[in-house]
Amino acid sequence: MDLGQINPILLLASLMVAATPILLAAIGEAVVEKSGVLNLGVEGMMITGAVVGFAIGVNTGAPSIGFVAAAFAGAALSMLFGVLVLYLKSNQVATGLGLTLFGLGLSALIGKPFEGIKAPTMAKYEVPLLSDIPALGPILFRHDPMVYVSLIIVALTWYVLARTRAGLILRGVGENHDAAHALGYKVIRVRLMAIAFGGACAGLGGAYISLVRVPQWVEGMTAGAGWIALAIVVFASWRPWRVLLGAYLFGGISVLQLNLQAAGVAIPVEVLAMSPYLITILVLVVISLRGNHGAPGSLGREFHATH
Amino acid sequence: MRVLKSLLATAALATGLAGAAMAEDKTKVGFIYVGPVGDGGWTYEHDQGRKAVEAAFGDKVETVYVESVSESNAEGPITQMALSGVDLIFTTSFGFMDATVAVAEKFPNVKFEHATGYKQADNVSVYSARFYEGRAVQGHIAGKMTKSNIIGYIASFPIPEVIRGINSAYIHAKKVNPDVQFKIIWAYTWFDPAKEADAAKALIEQGADVILQHTDSTAPQAAAKEAGNVVTFGQASDMGDYAPFPRVSSIIDDWAPYYVARTQAVMDGTWESVSTWDGIGAGMVGIGEISDAVPAGVKAEAEALRDALASGEYHAFTGPLNKQDGSVWLAEGETAADYGDNGLAGMNFYVEGIDSEIPSN
Repeated sequence: MDLGQINPILLLASLMVAATPILLAAIGEAVVEKSGVLNLGVEGMMITGAVVGFAIGVNTGAPSIGFVAAAFAGAALSMLFGVLVLYLKSNQVATGLGLTLFGLGLSALIGKPFEGIKAPTMAKYEVPLLSDIPALGPILFRHDPMVYVSLIIVALTWYVLARTRAGLILRGVGENHDAAHALGYKVIRVRLMAIAFGGACAGLGGAYISLVRVPQWVEGMTAGAGWIALAIVVFASWRPWRVLLGAYLFGGISVLQLNLQAAGVAIPVEVLAMSPYLITILVLVVISLRGNHGAPGSLGREFHATH
Repeated sequence: MRVLKSLLATAALATGLAGAAMAEDKTKVGFIYVGPVGDGGWTYEHDQGRKAVEAAFGDKVETVYVESVSESNAEGPITQMALSGVDLIFTTSFGFMDATVAVAEKFPNVKFEHATGYKQADNVSVYSARFYEGRAVQGHIAGKMTKSNIIGYIASFPIPEVIRGINSAYIHAKKVNPDVQFKIIWAYTWFDPAKEADAAKALIEQGADVILQHTDSTAPQAAAKEAGNVVTFGQASDMGDYAPFPRVSSIIDDWAPYYVARTQAVMDGTWESVSTWDGIGAGMVGIGEISDAVPAGVKAEAEALRDALASGEYHAFTGPLNKQDGSVWLAEGETAADYGDNGLAGMNFYVEGIDSEIPSN
């Protein structure tokens, strides 16, 4: 065993890459749940984003267009869920699960011609000046643009939710939809927008896996990342910065445990393999022990505008 | 037997759908897959075998499959398949072993074939391929190609099949390059492209310039390609999209002849429970074309090794070989037995020189 074989700079840099898909999906889902809707279809929207982003990225040769298309695909799929749940009042849990199954099947169908094709590479964007800082530069400022985009999305989400009127309305709708409705807010319209945002973010997260992290299209390639994202939202108490913390912890320990294994550290592999799940849950639970961390009051409840 | 079954099936169908009776004299063959058919590796090759069965028998056969079946929850899908009137079921992952045996007990008239396991029964055959012969060829090329002398190995689960592969690759890499070192990562998955990519990156970051994988997706190939100077081998399938570099050769599983022969046996009524374990010689393990990225001399040596393994003139585990703890496993000139205490079928130890531990399970 030799810990010196692990390069901490490379490790921290790959941590950010490993965490980005979960981060994107989780921040989107956090907003959806803040508006009072539980969408269990994250996995389905991610995989659809992964295949559409890959297909468009390959056909246009531009990963950035692929990402935009993936966001639209995720949002479009989420609208299916939105209409079923909000207008036709279908059960949210069952519809969300259905969306996941539908997304997995749809993506396999779309993806058939794209198996074994290589993705166009996304150039790293080195932030001028900052990327030359020793240690910090390679860790933080030499990534592909989507890493920065994901961080900007988290910051904006926090700002909008905590500091703006729109965020207040969204939270109000999620806490008590009847009260929000009585005050004249359009509960369904707010929720529909939140669901679309969640779908777009999940689509981006999926495309990040197929265009950057792996990068190729393989059927079923998200392999449960959407479920991890859902769990992180809960353990993060629906707070944007904690979602970031949770995603980076999970991604970081996932990468760290692989590095420790390769370095031959004398910790049983079984323990290392479960450590990302254990530690992420543990840290977020400890943080949540103090302070208000309840779920949005109307989460998962059906809304009738009639009474 | 089959007549009786058809009669029963017809009787059952008479109360339900009349149209389905058309299928009564077809032999129905089912496949349970651990990954998606588009994984480009393990499951892809099993599905090629299924297609070969369809091609060989045409109208006389009907095939069905279920993909991405969880190993921890396989009894349901297998039972459902048995209930749907399938005559022969191939369960194609080690982890389906107990579920296969359990379901087989309940359906004595259905024939089962379990891949890579060791639990046989009257209506359960087992079949596997001697992948370790292919690993020997890979190990030879890997030992010659590495410049950093660090070879990364992405392992899936600590089961004998995977451990045999690590040992075989190590022995043959060490033979041509005494300084070689193996770094092993247990991914605890057969198929998770993102995790496989992360594992490959971790190994590359720690200096590995050859990556061997025992997981099913092509993600490690893509990671190696991005790194630029890392050699890989196709696993289970040729993965020829990554040739000539990083993929310099591959192990190809060819299940088609076996699946066709077993389906034929069911049709003829001659099916018996057997244990099959074939290697390069019988064609169940193929060595994918060694690309020009490998120096001509090394390529010739690797091909000679392949041919010696195929003809049986050389065994991949030939003594003198010690176990990891230094105790003698095989004496000079002795070859490993398939079964028994130190046999290959249940191999649960590393050979001497591997600086790592096998997880307990």
